[in-house]
Amino acid sequence: MHLGNLLEGMLPAVAIVGGAIPLASGLGLAMKYRKTGNIVACFFGDGATNIGSFHEGVNIAAIWDLPVVFVCENNRYGASTAIERVTRVAHLSDRAAAYGIPGFTVDGNDVEAVLEATSEAAERAHNGKGPTFLELETYRFCGHSRSDPGHYRPKEEVQYWKKRDPIVRYETFCLAEGLLSAKEIDELKKSVEEQLDQAVAFAEASPSPHPEDCLNDVYAV
Amino acid sequence: MSMPSDVVLETQRTLTMVEALREALVEEMRRDERVILLGEDIGVPGGFGGAFTVTLGLEQEFGHDRVLDTPISEAAIAGVAAGAAMGGLIPVADVQYGDFLFIAMDQLANQAAKMRYMSGGQITVPMVFRAPVGATTRGAQHGQSLESFLMHVPGLKVACPSNPYDGKGLLKTAIRDPNPVIFFEHKLLYGSKGARKEAGGLQLITHVPAEEYLIPFGKARIVHQGTRATIVASLLMVHKSMQASKLLRDEGIDVEVIDIRTLVPLDQETIFASVRKTGRLVIAEEDNLTGGWGAEVAAIVADACLGYLEAPIRRVAAPNTPVPFAPVMENYYVPSAEKIITAVRSVL
Repeated sequence: MHLGNLLEGMLPAVAIVGGAIPLASGLGLAMKYRKTGNIVACFFGDGATNIGSFHEGVNIAAIWDLPVVFVCENNRYGASTAIERVTRVAHLSDRAAAYGIPGFTVDGNDVEAVLEATSEAAERAHNGKGPTFLELETYRFCGHSRSDPGHYRPKEEVQYWKKRDPIVRYETFCLAEGLLSAKEIDELKKSVEEQLDQAVAFAEASPSPHPEDCLNDVYAV
Repeated sequence: MSMPSDVVLETQRTLTMVEALREALVEEMRRDERVILLGEDIGVPGGFGGAFTVTLGLEQEFGHDRVLDTPISEAAIAGVAAGAAMGGLIPVADVQYGDFLFIAMDQLANQAAKMRYMSGGQITVPMVFRAPVGATTRGAQHGQSLESFLMHVPGLKVACPSNPYDGKGLLKTAIRDPNPVIFFEHKLLYGSKGARKEAGGLQLITHVPAEEYLIPFGKARIVHQGTRATIVASLLMVHKSMQASKLLRDEGIDVEVIDIRTLVPLDQETIFASVRKTGRLVIAEEDNLTGGWGAEVAAIVADACLGYLEAPIRRVAAPNTPVPFAPVMENYYVPSAEKIITAVRSVL
């Protein structure tokens, strides 16, 4: 539930929609104050743009020019609710104007386009120019959770997006540009699958924690 | 370590709560540049230094990089403080009225309080969140006492100083604590001067040493020693309990008054030792009765000291209504020394 890897600078995922946004601004404040040269990337979904912590957190990053990139993965649904049913603006990036910060809508299933937009946003953050709001348009091919078959989505819509699978598209791009050969792509896929298999095997082989360990780590001493 | 006393010697240095809290902030900010302040209406030239002047003028010494005036965004104040704490700073955040903590509760109760637990102890959130509480003719949304709500959340610590001496010592300890601390200040105990002076406030000054001292969390203070009954109180109720104890003393009834000082951690041993001595317990809290911290104290005392109790445990608290606005109604609502005396008599 709260996946993270502090060694890689990845904080535990926050399971309250939008709840990490003020935290991201706070981390940005610490980085700016301490002059660490780091920046924060804060990821959330389309549904998070309607919760108060989004408004409060983005506004404070804007007024203090904090080094934060707000990355909204707009997959068009908050659980089962389509974004059009709960949001009036045409693009979620339109909301950036309300905070006086740059906002862009990007094809989130285009690896190169995402790289370009995030690089520019990161550069702005690094250069003291404050936060950027990125809306990455994308989709989820499965339901919201294990128990969700996703019946609320038109089949045509799912098909439309499946044809825009970012991995398949990037493979095609790499082949066309001569960046990778078909053999290299196969090897890459195999190595990723192996890593995943190893991770699952490691998890399954790992012992469960001691029940009484749930009493630890409530307070620092 | 010297202790606060009802008797202030002429030669002793005295401060109000506001001055003592400000001194704690100044000392800690000079000591450690990671300490920053953020809150509503602080650091504004020509402004008033927060709702009750605690941070007045601090931007002149520490600059606007360390004294940050925020938008009216309580969720962000708490969340930014928590995030900054995770990022290596020690933020001391504040809101104008404790009632606004309800807006900030996701960031306090879900994020700040649980980040250490959710990260398996890898992340610490050393922050302080200051919140003025207490009924002061401001009605249902500017006069609540929220200590019990926050006390219930594992991962938070809760401090509630009753006098300037404790205010300075506990705030300095809060700033050095590696956990999120909710620091409750009672509006009638500020003793603020000038334009922000609080109507109905106590004329409260105590000896506050200019030199550094810390008051550890989880150490209650026996304000007055007695043998007939124990009164446990916090914040303003410490003073009402002392009024009650003085009146009872005139009748030859000597009660012990304990200032709880911090609700988390709670000094169980001092309370238990007192109840084992007196056999009788009255708890005085300003908040409405149901589910208050007094219920927790009553439960642990019943559990640990049942054999010593010679009478039922009594709680003196406000009725289960919102804080009323009309002064006469508020006067009826807030527990008084008379109600505490009545409760003490009922257990003797």
